[in-house]
Amino acid sequence: MVHVKTIEDLKKIKEEFGKRIQVSGKNFDPEKVVQIKVGLGTSGIASGAKEVMNFLRDELEKRNIEALVTQTGDMGYSYAEPTIEVKLPGQPAVVFGKVNIKKADEIIERYIKNGELIDGILPTNYLTI
Amino acid sequence: MAKYRMHLLVCDGTTCHASQSESVKNALQDCLELNNLENEVKVVSTGCFGYCEKGPIVKVLPDNTLYVKVKPGDAEKIVKEHILNGQIVKRLLPTETVAQVYASEGKTPFFDKKQIRIALRNCGFIDPENIEEYIAHDGYQALCKCLTEYTPQQVIDIIKRSGLRGRGGGGFPTGLKWEITAKVKSDQKYVICNADEGDPGAFMDRSIMEGDPHSVIEAMAINGYCTGANKGLVYIRAEYPLAVKRLKVAIDQARAYGLLGKNIFNSGFDFDIELRYGAGAFVCGEETALIHSMEGKRGEPTFKPPFPSEHGYLGKPSNVNNVETYANVPVIINKGADWFASIGTEKSKGSKVFALAGKINNVGLIEVPMGTTLRDVIFKIGGGIKGGKEFKAVQTGGPSGGCLTSHHLDTPIDYDNLIAAGSMMGSGGMIVMDEDDCMVSIAKFYLGFTVDESCGKCSPCRIGNKRLYEILDKITKGEGTMEDLTKLRNLSEVIKDTSLCGLGQTSPNPVLSTLDNFWEEYVEHVVDKKCRAGSCKGLMKYIIDAEACTGCTACARACPVNAISGERKGPHFINQEICIKCGTCMEKCKFNAVLLQ
Repeated sequence: MVHVKTIEDLKKIKEEFGKRIQVSGKNFDPEKVVQIKVGLGTSGIASGAKEVMNFLRDELEKRNIEALVTQTGDMGYSYAEPTIEVKLPGQPAVVFGKVNIKKADEIIERYIKNGELIDGILPTNYLTI
Repeated sequence: MAKYRMHLLVCDGTTCHASQSESVKNALQDCLELNNLENEVKVVSTGCFGYCEKGPIVKVLPDNTLYVKVKPGDAEKIVKEHILNGQIVKRLLPTETVAQVYASEGKTPFFDKKQIRIALRNCGFIDPENIEEYIAHDGYQALCKCLTEYTPQQVIDIIKRSGLRGRGGGGFPTGLKWEITAKVKSDQKYVICNADEGDPGAFMDRSIMEGDPHSVIEAMAINGYCTGANKGLVYIRAEYPLAVKRLKVAIDQARAYGLLGKNIFNSGFDFDIELRYGAGAFVCGEETALIHSMEGKRGEPTFKPPFPSEHGYLGKPSNVNNVETYANVPVIINKGADWFASIGTEKSKGSKVFALAGKINNVGLIEVPMGTTLRDVIFKIGGGIKGGKEFKAVQTGGPSGGCLTSHHLDTPIDYDNLIAAGSMMGSGGMIVMDEDDCMVSIAKFYLGFTVDESCGKCSPCRIGNKRLYEILDKITKGEGTMEDLTKLRNLSEVIKDTSLCGLGQTSPNPVLSTLDNFWEEYVEHVVDKKCRAGSCKGLMKYIIDAEACTGCTACARACPVNAISGERKGPHFINQEICIKCGTCMEKCKFNAVLLQ
C-alpha cells in the first residue's frame, strides 16, 4: 500500500493508473482493451444495472473479448437507466441508455465486435472541466 | 459482417420525434439505399441532444458534424454532399458563426452546450470505490496544495474570492462561513457535512456521494485545515445505504493511503472523518437540529445565534456545509478562484446541480451554470413536457420553495432571482407540472409534508401549518369560501414571521406562491366549485349522458355504493348524494356515456 506524502506520490499514482488498469489480479493495457462503465447509482441499480453488469462480465469472457467492466456513479440520465459507457480502443466513449440484457447482447455483438452503432445512444450534452 | 465507415445519428428525443425526426431517419435510409451506401453508412436513432428548439438534429460520425432543423427533404443533400463528396452542408449548421469557424478550421466547433459539470465532474465517470481512479482525475491534489503551499487564511481567501455560496439552499457565502469558524478560539472544532437531503424528489447529494465520495472527503479535510478542526462528521440519512457504503469505503481507502489520519502530506495536520446517521427527519437538515440529532438529542432546532460556527457540536465551533458545496471546493483550489468566478451571474457564481423531476421528458440529474434560464432547463435540457402537454408551473426549493409559472420561464436561475420571483434555490429539486396538476392540491401536498415533518417545538409551525392544511383541504373538497383565501394569506404571513427555524419560516411559501401566481385557480375552486385540472375529486361530478346510455346496467352493477339507478335498456342516472366519485362507472361504460364535469 502506498502512503501518499507528497504531490509526486499523487502524480505517480495518476501516471501509473493511466498506464495499466488492474482488476482482480489481471493487468490491462487501457489502450488495448474494451472499457465499459456501468452506472451503478441507486437509480441505475433500481432499473437493473447490476444484472446488466454481471451479464456483460460473464458474456465478454465467454466470447473471448478482453474487456474491463467497472462500476461508476449516476451519469444523470434517470429517464434512460440503466446506462452504460463503452469505450473501444482508440475511439471516443459512447453512452447507451435503457440497456437491458437483450440490448447488452446487441452492444457486444454489433458495437464491440463490429464498431456498428445501434439505436439508443445518449449524446453528451454537457461540458466537462 | 459489414463494418460501417460512417454513422448518422438522428435525435429521437421526444421533442425531435414530434418534429418528424422519424421521417428524417427514413428519408436518410432511403437515400442511402438509393446510392448503394447502406452497407457503408448506418442511420441510428439516439436520445435527446439537449437542443430541442433546433430539432430534428442529425450528427455525422466520425467527423462530428452537427446538423440542425433537418427536414426529410434535406436527406438527399446530406447523403450526396457530405457522405459522397465530403462537403459539409453549411445551410444546416447550427449558426452562422459555426459555419464560419468551420470554414477556417475545417471542423465543427463546440456548440451551445447548456450544461457544465463541476460538482458532478467525476460522477458517472470514475469508479467511486477506487481511490486511485479519483487520484488519476487529479484527486487530493487540492488538499496537497492547501497543506503544503497555502496558509489557512490564504485558502479561505481563495474560497471567498471564488464567490461560492452554500448549495444546501440558503446561499450563505462559504468562504465567510469558514472564516467565522476559523476565528473562534477553541481547543476542539468540528467540520460537519450536511448530507441530510430531504426535499421530495431531490437526489443531488445522494448522487454525488454515490458517484464521487472522495471529493467530499477531500473538501472536508481542506475545511478542517482552514478552520482548525481535526475531526469531520458526515450526517447522512440511513435511507441512503449505497451512499453510506461508498462513503465508508472511501474513508477507509483515504486512511489506508495516508490521506486521512495523522500528519497528512507531512504537514503536521491531522484529520479524520466519521459518519453519523439520521433517521430521515426533514427538520434535521436545519443545522442546529442536525447537530442536536448528532449529539443523540431530539432533532429539534434551537434559536440562532449562537450559530454553529461558535457553539456547535458538543458546544464546540462547527462548520456545517452541504455535500454539493464541498464537492465544488477541490476544483476551486485546483483551477483557481477566478476561473470559478467567471462562471455564473454577478452574485451567484459557479454552477448548480438540479434533480429534474415531474412531468418532464428527460427526468434526471443536471448541472447548469448559474444564470441559465428556467426555459433552457425545462425545454432544452429537460426535453419539454411529457406527452406534449402544456407547461403550467415549476416548483423549486422543495417544501420551502414556491411554484413559478410560464411568466418566470425566462428568469435566470440564481439565488436572488428565485427569491425575487417568490421561490428559492433550495437544494436543487425541480419539479415540473403540467395542465393536469391542480395548484391548490400541490400546495396541499407540500403542506401535508411539512405538517408531517414539523418537529412540533414552536406553535406557529406546529399548529399554524396544520390549520393551513385544513383550509386547503376544505377548498379542494369544494367547501372553501373567499374568506378562507384571506385567512390562508394572513396565517401564512404569521407563520413565516414567527416560526423558530427555517422549516416553519418557509413552509407557507408553496401556499403564498400559488396564491400569487394561480389566484384564479383558487377562486374557481371557491366560487365556481370547479377544478380545471380535474384532480380535486370533491369538485367533480360524474353524470350519465341519457342519450348515449343504452341501459346495459354495467355501471350500476359495478358501482360500489349503489348510487346508479335506472330501468334496463333505459337511461340511468347517478345519485350525487351517494356517489363517492371513484370513477368505476366511467371505466366500465363501453358507450362513453359517463361524463366527468
